Amino acid sequence: MEKIFYEYPAGSPAKARALTGVVGSGDLEVLLEPHTAGLTTIAVNTSVDGMGQVWAALLTRIFAMSSLPAAKIEINDFGATPGVVRMRIEQAFEELQFASTK
Amino acid sequence: MNTEQLLQRDSFIELNARSRASALLDAGSMRELIGPFDRVTSPWLALQGVVTQSDDGVVVAKGTCDGQPTVVLAIEGAFQGGSLGEVGGAKIAGALELAAQDNRDGVPTRAVILFETGGVRLQEANLGLAAIAEIHSAIVDLRRYQPVIGITAGTVGCFGGMSIAAALCSYLIVTREARLGLNGPAVIEQEAGIAEYDSRDKPFIWSFTGGEQRYRSGLVDAYVEDDAMQIRNMVCELFQRGMPEQNRSDMVQGFLARLIEVDASIQATPELIRTIYQKGFAS
Repeated sequence: MEKIFYEYPAGSPAKARALTGVVGSGDLEVLLEPHTAGLTTIAVNTSVDGMGQVWAALLTRIFAMSSLPAAKIEINDFGATPGVVRMRIEQAFEELQFASTK
Repeated sequence: MNTEQLLQRDSFIELNARSRASALLDAGSMRELIGPFDRVTSPWLALQGVVTQSDDGVVVAKGTCDGQPTVVLAIEGAFQGGSLGEVGGAKIAGALELAAQDNRDGVPTRAVILFETGGVRLQEANLGLAAIAEIHSAIVDLRRYQPVIGITAGTVGCFGGMSIAAALCSYLIVTREARLGLNGPAVIEQEAGIAEYDSRDKPFIWSFTGGEQRYRSGLVDAYVEDDAMQIRNMVCELFQRGMPEQNRSDMVQGFLARLIEVDASIQATPELIRTIYQKGFAS
């Protein structure tokens, strides 16, 4: 198991919390909570060691190239592929929009 | 189930634990206790290099079902095979104990347990076993006041110490995909030999421990399609039925009488088991 930490610039604080996915084979759990404006932190716990560069490339593609709300994100990964990781993170932000419009 | 029904149904098995709990409670009534953001996680898994889940694989959902106070305890089968460790086990036992206390205080709280579990979490050994024992005694406590309903939908099934918990419930609901048994197939094969029990032969495994066989043998109370609405309706129906005349776990003499009829010198068949068990267990 490996723990990796990332930080990205972000927009205004997220308006709610969101949870997506489960720590099951090929899947991951994403916990998203509001963070102070301007910064998103991502703590990754993954069952697969030595994939730090892949995580960095994927997360940079998601967070550095958009202005998503500032969030404190925890990822508990059980061998998800990059596609699944991206889908779960986007799902979490999508649920956030849904929660804040309720 | 025909094609039309298949397209219209809302699969229960495809839902995760949280969505299953939500599907059983009245719309908008669910609130989660010790939820994922409380981060009460297993202190033992990370020490052994295993990624933890924020709710330790157990969802405690409080709400109403048919307008009555109900707590749903849903085990997430995808996380560590739905195994019960110290935290997840304590969440279930604690919620059942609080439901029993509610009843003593005049609040008729009922419980539904979604069994999707291989039993104790081996990484947490005795702590998991102790938690399962607490779940057993909490079910026996609560079922004096209200029916405790167990559901095994699949695909993990329900095994080990948690199969005893399932057997202690007032009523059990299964689907065709469910399996229910004390030992899992691989363990039986290891102990009895592949000639007697081939764990890779799925039709064979389901013919003995599958939901339909368990229902036809009188070991569970309801056999439903994999449909969230049907399962919810069955839960309501069983709650309305009230407490069973006799709990399955009190039918010791009846079970012993049936077991004596089994001839261990010949290989058992699912049909033979049904023929013997259909005589009933009431005692």
